[in-house]
Amino acid sequence: MARTGPNNSGLRVLVWLGVVLAVLTAVLAGGTLAGQASWAPKLALDLEGGTQMILAPKVEGGSDINEEQLNQAVAIIRQRVDGSGVAEAEISTQSGRNVVVSLPGTPTKETRDLIQASADMNFRPVLLNGDGAPVPTESLTPEDQLPKPTAEPANGSDINWITADIYRQFETMDCNNPAPESPEASDPAKPLVTCEPATDTTPAIKYILGPVEVKGGNIVTSSFQLQQGAQGAVTNDWAVNIQFDDEGTAKFKTVTERLNQFYVAAGGETGNDPKAQFAIVLDDQVISAPRSLAVITDGRPQITGGFTEQTAKVLSDQLRFGALPISFEIQSDQQISATLGGEQLRMGLLAGIIGLLLVVVYSLFQYRALGLVTIASLVVAGALTYLAIALLGWTENYRLSLAGVAGLIVAIGQTADSFIVYFERIRDELREGRGLVSAVENGWKRAKRTVLASKAVNLLAALVLYFVAVGNVRGFAFTLGLTAIADLIVVFMFTHPTLQVLARTKFFGEGHRLSGLDPKRLGVLPLYRGAGRLRTPEAKPSVVRAKNTGAVAEAERRMTIAERRLAEKQEQLTSSSKSAAKENK
Amino acid sequence: MSSSFANFGNELYTGKRSYNFVSAKKLWFIIAAVAVVLSILIPVAKGGFNLGIEFRGGSEFTVSNVQSTDSALGEKVVEDVVAGSVPRVANVAGTTMRIQTDKLTDDETLRIKEGLTSAYGVTNNEVTSTFIGPTWGADVTKQALIGLIVFVALAAVLMALYFRTWKMSLSAMAGMLVTMFITAGVYALSDFEVTPSAIIGFLTVLSYSLYDTVVVFDKIRENTADMDASTRRTFGEEVNLAVNQTLVRSINTMMVAILPVGAILFIGAGLLGAGTLRDLSLALFVGILIGTAATIFIAAPMYAWLRQNEPELVKQAKRVEHRRSANNSRTEESAEPAGA
Repeated sequence: MARTGPNNSGLRVLVWLGVVLAVLTAVLAGGTLAGQASWAPKLALDLEGGTQMILAPKVEGGSDINEEQLNQAVAIIRQRVDGSGVAEAEISTQSGRNVVVSLPGTPTKETRDLIQASADMNFRPVLLNGDGAPVPTESLTPEDQLPKPTAEPANGSDINWITADIYRQFETMDCNNPAPESPEASDPAKPLVTCEPATDTTPAIKYILGPVEVKGGNIVTSSFQLQQGAQGAVTNDWAVNIQFDDEGTAKFKTVTERLNQFYVAAGGETGNDPKAQFAIVLDDQVISAPRSLAVITDGRPQITGGFTEQTAKVLSDQLRFGALPISFEIQSDQQISATLGGEQLRMGLLAGIIGLLLVVVYSLFQYRALGLVTIASLVVAGALTYLAIALLGWTENYRLSLAGVAGLIVAIGQTADSFIVYFERIRDELREGRGLVSAVENGWKRAKRTVLASKAVNLLAALVLYFVAVGNVRGFAFTLGLTAIADLIVVFMFTHPTLQVLARTKFFGEGHRLSGLDPKRLGVLPLYRGAGRLRTPEAKPSVVRAKNTGAVAEAERRMTIAERRLAEKQEQLTSSSKSAAKENK
Repeated sequence: MSSSFANFGNELYTGKRSYNFVSAKKLWFIIAAVAVVLSILIPVAKGGFNLGIEFRGGSEFTVSNVQSTDSALGEKVVEDVVAGSVPRVANVAGTTMRIQTDKLTDDETLRIKEGLTSAYGVTNNEVTSTFIGPTWGADVTKQALIGLIVFVALAAVLMALYFRTWKMSLSAMAGMLVTMFITAGVYALSDFEVTPSAIIGFLTVLSYSLYDTVVVFDKIRENTADMDASTRRTFGEEVNLAVNQTLVRSINTMMVAILPVGAILFIGAGLLGAGTLRDLSLALFVGILIGTAATIFIAAPMYAWLRQNEPELVKQAKRVEHRRSANNSRTEESAEPAGA
């Protein structure tokens, strides 16, 4: 029983492959049962319908955009699109320069404008704040008690900015369910009613803000760090640092001089006068509203209080982004109907199936029963690829596009290639006169190297396409790379082990006429050929076109069983004497 | 029949049947050079490629399930909205119309969309619109060029490392470049539309071309591993034998690569019309054919040519010649019976 060798190791590898496939299927099944994954691969926009916009960010001043700024641009667009209530929008960067926004359905003109608008960051003084929920209708301030400004406001913090209209707007504002943002940026010279959206730890807050006092463009840079205590020791609290330019420094000094008075007047740390706060407003939403604890004269304020490393980083990034107004130019705006994409997918799949059938027919024709191994290998490769796509759809939100489907269809041929390389090697080994078991082993040793090298070229191409890709190239490159890997797994873990096992069967081992590995058909000429003639050990090469090849095959076919046995025996003898000779060297 | 094809393979393997890929290299090189020059001249003479809308910039509408495939309907709609414009209207597949125009404003786009909806008697969501900015094509081209250069550079290094000789790498690259130029030439000649999908196909062709070359070169490397010990064949003959021995493989891999691509192209073209799948498969179809041929006729002979003047190989060739003349004289003396 304890027989080892290629046969057993072949079986072992096949069992392992089965285990891998079963585990992947079980994971996907688990995900599906838990309602997170689905059996069907997720479809990209071109197959599902929707809108895809490719935006080129433009930094004011015309300088090139760097990666960090691009990521900021993505963050800002994501915030806007999410804010406008579009579900399942996907925003990604493309080739380090563009932002791709994919939205299901057709976006309204408002959403479109919103996405294009340049980011707008400002600092406004807070006039009033309150809980984010709207005031219930019954407790709204009566019409006659609404504030009536008595004079022209003297500065940004003047309560006279609050008119009856603004106050009513403030009361009815619902920061927990904000209405889609209006694309028009607010007037910087007028007060603004707005929200600070709820976070995981803080509820939504609404504000009445004074006019813009310092612009985001006045920020030179921003960073975040652990706060330093009174003795200079590092504490566990995170802080965000801002650095203003000269104009910003002067303006910020004036503002903090005023705001700090409110802070001191309200009793410092314990006081709670909203007018001591200045709000950092991004796209008309408050992202932070710290109180002015001191007069900042050097243009380097530090914001502290309740930051984690993460929240400090977010705020710091937003501030830095605000320092760099980025606008977006639409490069391509594509509405895709699911009908058209679906039609293309159906036709594509039909063409793919026909292509697959042609490959099947061709390999059966060329390789007979061995063609069945090709087909089985393609099926395993297909299963692996399918599982990978479905699992990636679940974990990485990978979506299959039409170009991706094209990649899969093209991959059928490229996958079958490696089997052909292997099969041809086995045939070569058989032609050298080896038995099938050793031909499979030797052929594999040689084919393995070729398959690895050529797949490396395929993978390299897929990687390059993926990383420098534009447009729908990515989906194509991705499936191409994915199938190249699946192909390697299949050749190593399925095709080769299967042949190891099959080489031991009677059908293949004895070179049945239909096995595709029939030695006679492969021109393995017996050494003794009857009529006193001996085959020369290796036919001399001659650059002559043989004409009457059919006659040779015919002669071989006529060999009797006894002749064949004899020939086989002689073959074994020569191969063993050959190896003996080698050892003597 | 496959038995004769297998036989064909056997004869190629033993060298009984052999094609002169290597010794006729001058002929192949001249043909390739002419083809490459033509491939460069044709687009110049024709004033460039037939560029898709992605490269020209503009708007495109697709109307599905139309009642009528009359292109005049679409032209009228566009001309009504934008006076004096010359739209390209085409029936792309079955009941789908495609209308391409110059760049439109949002408002014009909406009005044309509505016009097309009523003109072709379809519902609103059966009309889709695409807008492509004029810089988009430039970006695609630039990225494709970067991709091309990065790929060629990395592949050259990879192959030089794998085969441990820059001459193989250089020959493989030469084969690939020939493939590239001729595929582009076929595109220019046939007026196929150059779209980003076609460019992807084009880049994939390069990978296929190299892939094919790697397989053949692997066999060449194996056959020429102990050249100095062999007196049976010259280097060029060894290379030629390797190409012949892998010929069946080359044909088979080309067939299985081209069958699915051809299925998309020929079965799909009528049904799909212009689009990602067709453009991609078109470039692949042309490129795979040329890529396979370039490996056999350009890359392998070029490798033999690059190495034939190496002192070691010149000496070896002399030894082969010497042995052959010795053999010939011996054969005459002993009158050995001829083989089967």
